[in-house]
Amino acid sequence: MSTTIEIKNITRSFGRHTVLNDVNLAVQPGELLALLGPSGSGKTTLLRLIAGLDFPDTGIIKFDKDDALGRKPKERGVGFVFQHYALFRHMTVFENIAFALRIRRAPKAEVTERVNALLKLIQLETLASRYPAQLSGGQRQRVALARALAIQPRVLLLDEPFGALDAVVRRDLRRWLRQLHEEMNITTLFVTHDQEEAFELADRVVIMNAGQINQEGTPIDIYREPANVFVHEFLGESNKFLATIKSGLVQAAAGFPLGTTTAPDGQATAYIRPHHILLRPSLRGAWRVQRLTSTGAHARVTIAHNETQAESAMPADALLESGLTEGAPIDVTFTGGTLFDAQGKTPTKLTALKPTLTQFTNLHSA
Amino acid sequence: MAVNTPAIETYLVNTPVREKPFPFAKLALITVAMLFMALFLLLPLIVVFSEALSAGLGEYLSALADPGVLSAIWMTVAIAAVAVPANVLFGIIASWCIARFKFTGREFLITLIDLPFSISPVVAGLLQVLLFGTTGLFGPWLSDHNIQIIFALPGMILATTFVTFPFVARELIPLAQEQGNDEEEAAVTLGASGLQIFWRVSLPKLRWGLLYGVLLCNARAMGEFGAVSVVSGKVFGYTDTLSLAVESLYDSYEIQAAFATASLLAMLALVTLVLKAALEWAHRDELHALKRKKAAT
Repeated sequence: MSTTIEIKNITRSFGRHTVLNDVNLAVQPGELLALLGPSGSGKTTLLRLIAGLDFPDTGIIKFDKDDALGRKPKERGVGFVFQHYALFRHMTVFENIAFALRIRRAPKAEVTERVNALLKLIQLETLASRYPAQLSGGQRQRVALARALAIQPRVLLLDEPFGALDAVVRRDLRRWLRQLHEEMNITTLFVTHDQEEAFELADRVVIMNAGQINQEGTPIDIYREPANVFVHEFLGESNKFLATIKSGLVQAAAGFPLGTTTAPDGQATAYIRPHHILLRPSLRGAWRVQRLTSTGAHARVTIAHNETQAESAMPADALLESGLTEGAPIDVTFTGGTLFDAQGKTPTKLTALKPTLTQFTNLHSA
Repeated sequence: MAVNTPAIETYLVNTPVREKPFPFAKLALITVAMLFMALFLLLPLIVVFSEALSAGLGEYLSALADPGVLSAIWMTVAIAAVAVPANVLFGIIASWCIARFKFTGREFLITLIDLPFSISPVVAGLLQVLLFGTTGLFGPWLSDHNIQIIFALPGMILATTFVTFPFVARELIPLAQEQGNDEEEAAVTLGASGLQIFWRVSLPKLRWGLLYGVLLCNARAMGEFGAVSVVSGKVFGYTDTLSLAVESLYDSYEIQAAFATASLLAMLALVTLVLKAALEWAHRDELHALKRKKAAT
């Protein structure tokens, strides 16, 4: 049965610098969890604390009902894959994977059998006698994983597992790892600063910033309902407008309507993703198309309302059909967005002024 | 733009293919290097062996069988047998703590390790006399306890250890710093204890640096002259090492015996080189991989 990890009130400081500040987290058995955050957010430190490579100043870490902090790394049953793999350079692939078994004085036949099974798992049977320096980045990564799996760990920890690989290898390896996780069902935590990676791979994502957990949830929930300004900004591009709320109507400080909301009257900041800005050619439009750019499948349109600029995004085909040209006057509809208070917290939904369906029809018939 | 691109590509592709840009310069440089090597390395080596064997193999062997020379061989081996392991031990400890920890005095320690390189060996020898000689700092205490260091084997070992002090450490410190601590941490997560990490990870990953360090250290320990000559007292047959014996014999006009003794030291150098080459050949796969990795980064 898979292991639960319980992290309670963990604090860790290096000198005067607090790297983790009262972190609480529960990892479900068999879960694949991503720790997502910018560098310096404390995610790697948290991983090292779980592995026993570092120790917290205060707090508790439990595996099931077991106090992990009271145990040596050897007794924790943790498999750790390092960011730069940290393979033993003087050992062959075979010996690297066999290391933990040799340390535990496993019988020779068992070592051979187990290492061969792992080599098969990572599809590198033919490279058993190579040295790490003779392998590609993706191959090294897989050897590092096999080495960590050799002890049949209760918990698997991966630090920026794809950080040093190029885009294609990264994508393949990601899918392979997801598949592997489904087969083995080991409770797994991985650290990344790449949102796409976290969202594609993980069951649940934990967003960290400045030593604290900002939000945890499924990728969809987090993207739809970011808990604060940091999370919203971290999860991709958005347009940011200062706004005033008056009896449910949201008006941008720059003088254009944004939509409606249920938030109380007052000042707010509106965050709107580029794909939530719909454009429609209109001679009486208050906005103008400033610039059209294509990034392949998607098109970006920079629009302006007097001095205020905004970025809109749409499928490249939709742009072609819309007949938008640079300099043309347009009407703009904000089909969604999030309002945050002055502290950048308490998110509320921003909804469009008019039914969006007509907007779509208008855009495509224009 | 589109017109320019193929031209640039052609240039880039062709440049490395252009062979022998300056055939004369290349030839001249190789010739100079070869001549230099022959004049300063090969010729002396030939002279040593031809002089040593000038009176025939029998004379050569009997010169080496002389009790004075045999004693010198013994002294040389004894000194190296203590100095080299001592410096290996020290080098490993120094590289370990300098690469792993940040502590006050770390920079000072690195500078200090270099000291024996920058001091004349004669001064190093004199230092031992000033410390352990009869009129030296510890002299009275030593003579009270009937311990003789200067003009005896212990002093020669101390002087040699001092002079060969940096060889292993200097080789290991940059290597250990470059390699970092990652593999040790990986070993921790795989369940290795401190000792297991040292024997199975830390030491093996330093082994090539260690090998070069030991070979250099040994060659220098056996060939050391200046420092040892100050502290040995140079009694032929008692406190002469091989290099000191060469001088003693040469000074007493036993030219052939001097060269025969010198040929032993020359052979030591040759054996060292062959040993190093053989080890590199035996581990060529691993070394090749290491070199490729270095070139890639």
